[in-house]
Amino acid sequence: MIAYLCRRLFQSLLILLGISIITFALLYLLPADPVRQIAGRSATPATVESIRRQLGLDQPFLVQYGRYLWNLVQGDLGRSYIQRSEVSELIVARLPATLLLMVGAIVCELLIGLTMGLLAAVRRGSATDQSLMVASFVGVSAPQFVVGLLLLYVFAVRLNWFPIGGYGTFSHLILPSLTVGILGAGWYARMMRSSMIDVLRQDYIRTARAKGLARATVLIRHALPNAILPIVAMIGIDVGILMGGIVVVESVFGWPGIGQLVWQAIQRVDIPIIMGVTLVSAFAIVLGNLLADIVAPFIDPRIKLR
Amino acid sequence: MSKTVTRPTAGTSAPVAATTTEAVLEISGLTVAVRGETGEREVVSDLSFKIQRGETLCIAGESGSGKSMTSLAIMRLLPEPAARIAAGSIMLGDLDLATLDERRMRTVRGNRIAMIFQEPMTSLNPVLSIGRQLVEAIETHTGLSGSNARQRAIEALKAVRISEAEGRLKQFPHELSGGMRQRVMIAMALALEPDVLIADEPTTALDVTVQGEVLELLRDLQRQNGTSLILITHDMGVVAEMADQVIIMRHGRMVEQGKATEIFAAPKADYTRQLLAAVPRIGDGAARADGTPITANPAHIAQVRDLQVRFDLHGGFFGGVTRRVHAVEGVSFSIGPNETLALVGESGCGKSTTAKAIAGLVPFSGDIIVNGRSLPGSSSAERKAVRRDVQMIFQDPFASLDPRMRVGDLVAEPMLIHGIGSGQERRDQVASLFERVGLSADQMDLYPHEFSGGQRQRICIARALALKPKLIIADESVSALDVSVQARVLELLKELQREFGIAYLFISHDMAVVENISDRVAVMYLGQILEMGTRDQVFSNPSHPYTRRLIEAVPVPDPARRRIRFERLDKEIPSSTYKVGDAPHKVALQDIGNGHLVAI
Repeated sequence: MIAYLCRRLFQSLLILLGISIITFALLYLLPADPVRQIAGRSATPATVESIRRQLGLDQPFLVQYGRYLWNLVQGDLGRSYIQRSEVSELIVARLPATLLLMVGAIVCELLIGLTMGLLAAVRRGSATDQSLMVASFVGVSAPQFVVGLLLLYVFAVRLNWFPIGGYGTFSHLILPSLTVGILGAGWYARMMRSSMIDVLRQDYIRTARAKGLARATVLIRHALPNAILPIVAMIGIDVGILMGGIVVVESVFGWPGIGQLVWQAIQRVDIPIIMGVTLVSAFAIVLGNLLADIVAPFIDPRIKLR
Repeated sequence: MSKTVTRPTAGTSAPVAATTTEAVLEISGLTVAVRGETGEREVVSDLSFKIQRGETLCIAGESGSGKSMTSLAIMRLLPEPAARIAAGSIMLGDLDLATLDERRMRTVRGNRIAMIFQEPMTSLNPVLSIGRQLVEAIETHTGLSGSNARQRAIEALKAVRISEAEGRLKQFPHELSGGMRQRVMIAMALALEPDVLIADEPTTALDVTVQGEVLELLRDLQRQNGTSLILITHDMGVVAEMADQVIIMRHGRMVEQGKATEIFAAPKADYTRQLLAAVPRIGDGAARADGTPITANPAHIAQVRDLQVRFDLHGGFFGGVTRRVHAVEGVSFSIGPNETLALVGESGCGKSTTAKAIAGLVPFSGDIIVNGRSLPGSSSAERKAVRRDVQMIFQDPFASLDPRMRVGDLVAEPMLIHGIGSGQERRDQVASLFERVGLSADQMDLYPHEFSGGQRQRICIARALALKPKLIIADESVSALDVSVQARVLELLKELQREFGIAYLFISHDMAVVENISDRVAVMYLGQILEMGTRDQVFSNPSHPYTRRLIEAVPVPDPARRRIRFERLDKEIPSSTYKVGDAPHKVALQDIGNGHLVAI
């Protein structure tokens, strides 16, 4: 177990290194000039050049990247060009909001998706099954900003059940979580349905019924843990997909997370923030996958970590 | 709380003779209907029988006879609403199970009627421990809970002769072998001392030596507890070994019913006679007079020298190779034209891996020479030529044909791959192959699902013949077929051999089939050959103890020759996985006369 963790963490570092090179190179090749953004339109060429030198942006790519990496190893993500403060501080200040939204979204996804999938599988072929699958299809295909605006209009503007935007209380969390979660719920409903139908056909389900167990026991104790296995692996991958959705949803709901931070940074070519947020998100995805892999053997004893 | 569990201890009561006239279970006029595309179809029609306490009733028949549907109907586990009981009654005492509601039926299932199934590998839930699955059955039907239920589970495991029963409770199904799992299933079924035990093909998926042991266990436990046993099987050997009463079924109808001794000695129905005649028996092969004894082969079609196949297992920090499976370890043999060499052994002995190596499907070391061409070190063009000379027929005719291709195209495909003939020539060739294997050329445009199992296996044979191979590897090719179909397919294989002079490498676990078809036999165990010789040498004078055990374990389809006791085999077959650097001990083969080789 310890050896396995060490190896996986080592692999994660390699992945992060790769991502940092690719992102850094892409930003370097970007036609937009960050120095122009910092200096403003009225700056003289001399000022521009001095800022460029100051930030080290006149150096060749490898030197720039080497310097960034050297700082990164020491835990320094650099300073924001525009906001004039440490990137790590900016991220740390906004990370809790994003993580909260992410947890909310995953809870929504699983709660809605798994319940729908389970119901559809048990009532396979019925009207319930068909309408649930149509609903899941809509959930999967609707763009998130549309879902977000629709929810805002119905539940915040019309019904006045939830606040229109902002951050702070539990009721602020509901609509953004739902918006991110509905897409995933559609996916999970479909996966859960097919996984469950597959499991219900297995011999061991027949054995469980032959023992005289109640239907609910057969479903929950015997079928569910087997059906949920492929889904646990999906949750790990899903963290990455969620990240993408969160950037959109945070700006729709004015949610003060790293999605908004990076959105503003992209518009102003604030390279250290873009780099920082990318690396933190990548780390979250890698961690999500690792967690999913660690949880799997607890559900399925056949899986051994090595 | 008292630690002692009050229950009648097994074994103290005298064995119950089957003389009590009271029937435990009485079925009358049972009809099961299945809904299909063309409306409802009866899969069991008007079936009536009764079973008394302590009696063993075997329901025998080929696939599609409705025997499994009958057992599921008794348990009310039919896949509703697709299948349902259309008529009849199933009386358990004064309860009619056919009309019982689901809630009350649950108190019968597992408690008064228990069931064990064919596939021990998939019949236990992989994510729950053995203990949990046993205890839950006990808790559901008795008032017992916690340590009392656990205690009863341990007793149940001990009753099926599982060692270290207490420790086993924590194990998961995948940690046990097939035979052990089937014993766990039996323990689970018998823990509650049901009136009736239904065993649906309980030993079909097991190796012969394990099969004997499981059957004996069922018989012992049945005697101790006075359980009535309904044994569903396609294997007439198993029927002869176990049955008091026999029902022969065909197409959902009872063909014949009677005492086992009577049915085997004097079958009344034509179908029963055909069925019994088709059963391969050890001893039949020796009596076969086909005139041409295999003499020393002037030219070998295939020669295998010191074949080794190993699979690496990865582990450790950098995922390096830490252990190896020594699947095939120094196997040598040769096959001449017109000759059938049978490779026999139990699951995991390396017989299929040997076949795959010859067909070029797994990497190997050693030497394989087919039709004068050496497989290792040859160019890719030569390897392609070798592949043309070696064709395979697999076990499962349902899985080895692409369901989306027309069968004619499937048979033509090997010729297409090897660039033989024009389109029309290929079509003519396929048509004549179809006629040759006993199908009609009009069937070429159909899809695989439109054929029965036996017909599909004929298509597979036609496909193997398409390239006019020198060697056909038949890997358990008749194992999945019903006996009557099996007999006809074996006959076809023999005819084709006489006609084309093909050599067969015939891989099988079924000693009776092997004795029927082979000229020479090689017995494999843990990747090595332990005994090899002509059929008569191996079957009349089996000289290695393992060979003897394999032959003795085959149930004889004759109730008069029922064995009293099987040889106990409590040990698990050891694994052929070794640490890197370690290697298994290589056995040396000694000639004990006329080329009969035996490991010393």
